[in-house]
Amino acid sequence: MPEVAHIALATGFALVLIGFYGALTQRNLLRIIVAFTLATTGVNVVIVAIGHMSGRTAPILDAAVPAAEAVSRVIDPLPQALVLTAIVIGVGITALMLAYAYRLFETRGTLDIARLTELKW
Amino acid sequence: MIRRALVLVLLAVLGALFAALWLGFTPAEELGLTGRYYAEHTAPDLGAANLVTAIIVTYRGLDTLGEVTVLFLSAAIVGLVLAGGRPAARRKPPVPAGELLATGSRLLVPLILLLGAYVIVNGHLTPGGGFQGGAILASGTLLLLLAEPLKRFSHGLITRIESLSGATFVALGLLGLVFAGGFLDNRLLPVGTLGELFSAGLMPVISVLIGLKVGAEFSSMLASLSETEDS
Repeated sequence: MPEVAHIALATGFALVLIGFYGALTQRNLLRIIVAFTLATTGVNVVIVAIGHMSGRTAPILDAAVPAAEAVSRVIDPLPQALVLTAIVIGVGITALMLAYAYRLFETRGTLDIARLTELKW
Repeated sequence: MIRRALVLVLLAVLGALFAALWLGFTPAEELGLTGRYYAEHTAPDLGAANLVTAIIVTYRGLDTLGEVTVLFLSAAIVGLVLAGGRPAARRKPPVPAGELLATGSRLLVPLILLLGAYVIVNGHLTPGGGFQGGAILASGTLLLLLAEPLKRFSHGLITRIESLSGATFVALGLLGLVFAGGFLDNRLLPVGTLGELFSAGLMPVISVLIGLKVGAEFSSMLASLSETEDS
């Protein structure tokens, strides 16, 4: 019987691999941006999965989880705080990538990276 | 062809690495040192029920300040990059949004804004907080833009909300330096009883500021992206 953490971890790794495959093989900038977003999501899922502990509950105290028992009842809150930060920054990065892609299309008339060769050596 | 083969080899190596990590992974049985500290001290010291919000708003408040600054920078750069070369007149009017979307957005936008405010204000008690609520607020903006692509939001208003909440955030942090234990210490206000809306000291206030700031930044990004559409 595999644990939830193992399933989530495998999903995260698979998302990272799919994202990298897309980013490395696609030619269209928009598709590359989507692929990067997938890979970022995969990394986030991996981090959250590592913080999971079986038999414990979310790091929120209430009637079911009194403050005195918190240490033995809740999962690690740190990975969740990290991922919350990472998701928000990820949105900012995606918006930046889209804005650059838009400007590139406006000035060059193409989104095909094979035709944008200035930085190639 | 060679390129694709190289990519597949690279991914296979990476996959093998991941597989080794996956096979060697055993979930932790006990909290780590830092996690244990947060679990033990959050409720008695800060009076917050949600440990994640406590970490983000108070324990690592300085990092959160840095994060909203990064977000502000990226919103500013999006505006800057998209601002140049904007055509004065549109070539063709956009396709109308349709009855369903137009009427639905009128019904849904107030509810979305209400949900966003709820999530922000209850951040220290239930799952939620400034970032999540701010993103929900911005999704209301997105729905408005989808329903009416020619709608223009006042960039002046967005900037004012954004800079005012940012400045208040920093000012409250500095007040904590003088009147409480340190920068962004939430015990500037009384901690109160665990689980009540007006508890956890400064935490709900800072959540509201973060929520407004994040919502304004996301909205400004969306507005910039929408204003350059089909130019």
